[in-house]
Amino acid sequence: MSNISKTNDQILDFDYQLKAQDDAFPTLKVLDNDGKIVDEKALERADLSDDDLINIFHNMLLNRQLDIRSTKLARQGRFGFFAPTAGQEASQMASAYAFHDEDWLFPGYRDIPEIVAKGWPIWKAILWSRGHVVGNEYTTDDGKEVNSWFPQIIIGAQYVEAAGVALGLKKRNKKAVSYAYTGDGGTSQGDFYEGMNFAAAYHANEVFFVQNNGFAISTPRKLQTAAPHLAAKGWAVGVPSLVVDGQDAIAVYLAAKEARAWAVSGKGPVLIETLTDRFEAHSTAGDDPLRYRTKEDIADWWKKDPLIRMRKYITDKGLWDEDKENDYIAQIDARIDEDIKKADNIDKQKISDYLKNTLEVPGYAMKEQIEKFESEGK
Amino acid sequence: MAVKSYIDAVKEAQDLALEHDKNVLILGEDVGKNGGVFRATDGLQDKYGEDRVFNTPLAESGIGGLAIGLTTQGYRPIMEIQFYGFIYEVLDSLAGQMARNRFRFNGTRQMPIVVRAPYGGGTKTPEMHSDNLEGLVAQTPGLRVVMPSNPSDAKGLLLSAIESNDPVIFLENLHLYRSIKGEVAEGYYTTPLDKAAVVRKGKDISIITYGGMTPVALNAAEELSKQGIDAEIIDLRTVSPLDIETIGESVKKTGRVVVAQEAQRMAGIGASVMAEISERFILSLKAPVGRVAAPDSIYPFAQAENDWMVNADDIIDKVKEIVNYD
Ligand SMILES: Cc1ncc(C[n+]2csc(CCOP(=O)(O)OP(=O)(O)O)c2C)c(N)n1
Ligand SMILES: [Mg+2]
Repeated sequence: MSNISKTNDQILDFDYQLKAQDDAFPTLKVLDNDGKIVDEKALERADLSDDDLINIFHNMLLNRQLDIRSTKLARQGRFGFFAPTAGQEASQMASAYAFHDEDWLFPGYRDIPEIVAKGWPIWKAILWSRGHVVGNEYTTDDGKEVNSWFPQIIIGAQYVEAAGVALGLKKRNKKAVSYAYTGDGGTSQGDFYEGMNFAAAYHANEVFFVQNNGFAISTPRKLQTAAPHLAAKGWAVGVPSLVVDGQDAIAVYLAAKEARAWAVSGKGPVLIETLTDRFEAHSTAGDDPLRYRTKEDIADWWKKDPLIRMRKYITDKGLWDEDKENDYIAQIDARIDEDIKKADNIDKQKISDYLKNTLEVPGYAMKEQIEKFESEGK
Repeated sequence: MAVKSYIDAVKEAQDLALEHDKNVLILGEDVGKNGGVFRATDGLQDKYGEDRVFNTPLAESGIGGLAIGLTTQGYRPIMEIQFYGFIYEVLDSLAGQMARNRFRFNGTRQMPIVVRAPYGGGTKTPEMHSDNLEGLVAQTPGLRVVMPSNPSDAKGLLLSAIESNDPVIFLENLHLYRSIKGEVAEGYYTTPLDKAAVVRKGKDISIITYGGMTPVALNAAEELSKQGIDAEIIDLRTVSPLDIETIGESVKKTGRVVVAQEAQRMAGIGASVMAEISERFILSLKAPVGRVAAPDSIYPFAQAENDWMVNADDIIDKVKEIVNYD
């Protein structure tokens, strides 16, 4: 008997398969933790002007400031539900920066800053968080439509819906894409696979993001799946997939930009896994991270704060300094102050309006209820 | 007897069940180290090990399927759905699979599964965390639906649910978790499933309710008694199947009924109770059966909860209307 062929041997080598998967997803990096460029050619390919660099950093500062202010307000009981974003600024804002107004955003509940960056006024974000329906009107203050769905609560649902948008855009021959965000936990949902599989089957115009921040509430990434990389899940459905250093704004932007270009050209979707961290609690509703992770782990991640390296890089380039930063933060704070006032002064929601918005044509009992609530001014 | 919160009673029941029967398992999102987002399983992983109390990946349909499969190996899984609003994600496991299996296998296989989930409004949660969706499962043959209104029942009913060979949807009122405390007997005890409780005796009218509405109805009854109306309160405890006997006894005694539920008016448990009464006890009635329920809109955004939710005044008004009906 001759020996088994090399190919057959490899097919049957399960250890090899696991290792091959593990090796298949090196991490895309451009900027190291000290703000130094580790790949000059990749930087060139990102093609970011000085203005772009400043805009991305502005957006990251806006994100951080929204986080700080929202967390504080939540503590005072003046906010509603809030999912902190500190640590994920590069992952969120540098990715979002690669998309255009005509692209459709499908955010999760933690992706408030991406919608704000797309033009959703902060006061509406506050109302969304507080539980007011006007928060779910996705228009700018001058009445322009913001192409965003709402921050999805049902984990995974946004992935499938975004695939529908992507197919619709393709059918209409639009040079636009949909882009959807979920977390490491979200990759376990059936909707995650269904969304990618559908988009891929139709070669639809979509970019999928997984922000792998290490935890789904208390559940560590390792318990979600035995897959060595979340990005590997894209390969199962024929989607080009990559892993990027989520603390590196330039690498994240580069990945998102290339993915968008691919998707918009009609070749199908792309999956991007960003390696990041949530520095704070899962939400402001009573989560205590020290029940499931250590102080040291959190402190180590703070050293990888995405703001540090981007700040260093643009400072070394002569584009940024402390005064500029203080000025910009003061501007954001003033804007947030004004928007809190605006949110505070919104009209109360009416139950009669709720009923009218539940069905276009209300039934008999609903009509009675509408009349009753209207007569009570509710 | 010690005074305990609702959530502590739920935890204690699970602790006792794990101790009592080594086939009992607890699985769900964040039920391990974190002890669940409401701490309903706090410390249980430490005490019984990761083999018996374990986190699942984030997928409700996965949790449902896993629980069904585990029963073949003699396990009695308690699966937690973090919020009952996420039930849509696992509806096939519940209604399409576990509910039908006893029937499907001609009685040769059992589904000893408990599905625990918090439901109910009043705590200003984000969307889809507070809906009262008991009607969805209560209209599914093959599922028992239990909704305790106080700590003592929560413990005894949960232990009964775990002992039951039928799948039990065990719905815990989120608002009551920490807002009410009550006497809870020590040790292992069971409270019978499918039995309503007369939680307040009265002669003028029967208020039939369950879950989070029970304490609201009790408050309403206190106020009504000051106004000379003596209300009897029936806490259904199990909303499917209904304890028609206890309902009937009360209706025959008082001849007047108000049904109160936190859920929207359309379809639902209240409607079933009213239908049973009109089919069986109509000749005992001195007035139409009144109903207090939430409006037929989607569950409100947090800021409007107070205007939308049923409160004690709504019950009081409806009771007076029915009592004064000639
Ligand atoms: C279908 C569904 N199941 C459970 C939850 C409760 N829940 C909210 S956030 C969360 C963890 C999500 O983790 P991940 O996807 O990693 O996103 P992250 O919160 O880390 O951004 C869970 C379990 C939910 N909102 N929706
Ligand atoms: Mg996560």
